[in-house]
Amino acid sequence: MKKLSWFNATSLTLGFAFLYIPMIILVVFSFNGGRNVAIWGGFSTKWYGELFNDEKFLNAAFITLRVALATATLATILGTIAAYVLVRGGRFYGRSLFAGMTYAPLVMPDVILGLSLLLLFKVMFSQSGMLTVILAHTTFTMCYVSVVVSSRLVSFDKSLEEAASDLGASAFDTFISVTLPNIAPAVISGWLLAFTLSLDDLVIASFTTGPGATTLPIEIFSEVRRGVKPQINALSTIMIGIVTVGVLIFSILSKRQIAQRLRDEKRAEASA
Amino acid sequence: MAQPHKTPVVFAPWENPTEKPLIEFKGVTKRFGDFTAIDNLTLNIYQREFFALLGPSGCGKTTLMRMLAGFEDPTEGAILLGGQDIVPVPPNKRPVNMMFQSYALFPHLSVWDNIAFGLRRSDMPRDQIGERVQEMLRLTRLESFAKRKPHQISGGQRQRVALARSLAKAPRLLLLDEPLGALDKKLRNETQFELMDIQEKTGTTFVIVTHDQEEAMTVASRIAVMDHGKLIQVDTPAGIYEAPNSVYVADFIGDVNIIEGNAKRIEGGIEIHYAEGAAPIRAMTDLDIADGQRVSYAIRPEKIAVSSEPLTDRANHARGKIIDIGYLGHLSSYFVTLGNGQKVEASMTNARRLSRRDFTWDDQVCLSWTDTAGVVLTR
Repeated sequence: MKKLSWFNATSLTLGFAFLYIPMIILVVFSFNGGRNVAIWGGFSTKWYGELFNDEKFLNAAFITLRVALATATLATILGTIAAYVLVRGGRFYGRSLFAGMTYAPLVMPDVILGLSLLLLFKVMFSQSGMLTVILAHTTFTMCYVSVVVSSRLVSFDKSLEEAASDLGASAFDTFISVTLPNIAPAVISGWLLAFTLSLDDLVIASFTTGPGATTLPIEIFSEVRRGVKPQINALSTIMIGIVTVGVLIFSILSKRQIAQRLRDEKRAEASA
Repeated sequence: MAQPHKTPVVFAPWENPTEKPLIEFKGVTKRFGDFTAIDNLTLNIYQREFFALLGPSGCGKTTLMRMLAGFEDPTEGAILLGGQDIVPVPPNKRPVNMMFQSYALFPHLSVWDNIAFGLRRSDMPRDQIGERVQEMLRLTRLESFAKRKPHQISGGQRQRVALARSLAKAPRLLLLDEPLGALDKKLRNETQFELMDIQEKTGTTFVIVTHDQEEAMTVASRIAVMDHGKLIQVDTPAGIYEAPNSVYVADFIGDVNIIEGNAKRIEGGIEIHYAEGAAPIRAMTDLDIADGQRVSYAIRPEKIAVSSEPLTDRANHARGKIIDIGYLGHLSSYFVTLGNGQKVEASMTNARRLSRRDFTWDDQVCLSWTDTAGVVLTR
């Protein structure tokens, strides 16, 4: 291993400190025994216990999870189809316009998107609720899925699809049995991205939610305005833990897969 | 007593006017925007042929093949397969299969499943699919790799999987798009003979696209030389090589010397006056050429003999100086400048060991060739 120069070492330390000190403080204070959130009062796990007795938080967490699952699935289906048509549909009339419009929500301010969806849902539904939040989240996460999937599709050898068609597969059959298995990693990434985006969205959810559909970010935000409760620290620590474990598993699995593939290819060439 | 000679069965359906062609291109034109890829092309390809489309990149050979597969539609004209117009038939309904340049093997499926892909989508009963796949694996010597994924086998094996997959459905026509381009030279030579063997065994009509003239010469029954979306010449490999119809074809296939000069008619042919003071070249030709017409004379290096004194049994002689020798092992190429500065390449088989070679750099030599050795060309 190479030794870092003092300049690189300092830059690295500063960068990581900036990123992680707030989170470390949060995690440490979730184990604070004292009532005051800013003063250390000894180690304790009592806030975790209280968290699991707090109906309001648990309910909000459950709603958020359901919204995120539904959003991610819906957005993945729509985003994948949109990406497929934009990349493979050829140069049909109005293609550039469609492509631009698909990606517009990426740069649109959340507040504007939330407000316009609020107005639309006022006309469409008599009452806002979980359904409106899911629809709103699908609207803004779909374009992220579409971006991830189309970048994979662009690099995906088109002759595979031609070969399938040449061998007798219909267009739909080709998509299901050849295209989808090969772009699956991108589709899964897209799903995870939509899931996380939906999980931590506050702005759009605030505009489109209704009674009985308070998501976790909304709940936390409204609690914090009345002062930081130590339970929130505990909850955040759990979320950080889940995300860290998820990312670790995903990266270890994909690294192993790449290493296995390289070994296979070497062996194949050697045995030829 | 002499045995009666058996007349060898020559495969030449294109010379038989009663033979129905398998594929007919009738006045086919293909335009991409302003660009004309195929220009009013008419061509017949017959059953059991190994037909090569040869030309530089961008000459339209790949477009022609993609129209047969159904990936491109002609802008004008008709394409007939067995007498039926196939233009409206989508690729997945055509009795035509293609072997792709990149092989296009499905990376998520095993070798076995790759070969079975087309069969599962045909009307073949399920219980016969396994047998057919096994037969294809045997034909391409891949039995022991059936369970492997494409990334677990070598390039040569991948090429054979692609071939097995495209042959599995027993298509009436197999298209091969630069099938050997990714293989090294030695493997390519072996595979060429394997391809010919398989073509003979299965009796399938093959159409191959290639830019490698040696490959086309080796495998094909007929070659179509293309340029700018037009057919320049369609003939057997020997016909293309020995009797090219234009400077373009002569130059594209193999090495050739092109000498330009003015024609003068003589009995049975012409004399070509190519340089002041030099003896004219005598050439036999069927072409109707006027006195004084400008013509090109194409002659292959191996048709010219290098010697110290003129070979009197040959009609044409020219004196010159050796400026370069290319030693290729089995033969040596001599580059000779004639009196007028014209450079001529002549090649001689190295029947003797190199240490006893007769000529070296700067030697004065005489080149001799017969009056039928070269071809007179007017375009």
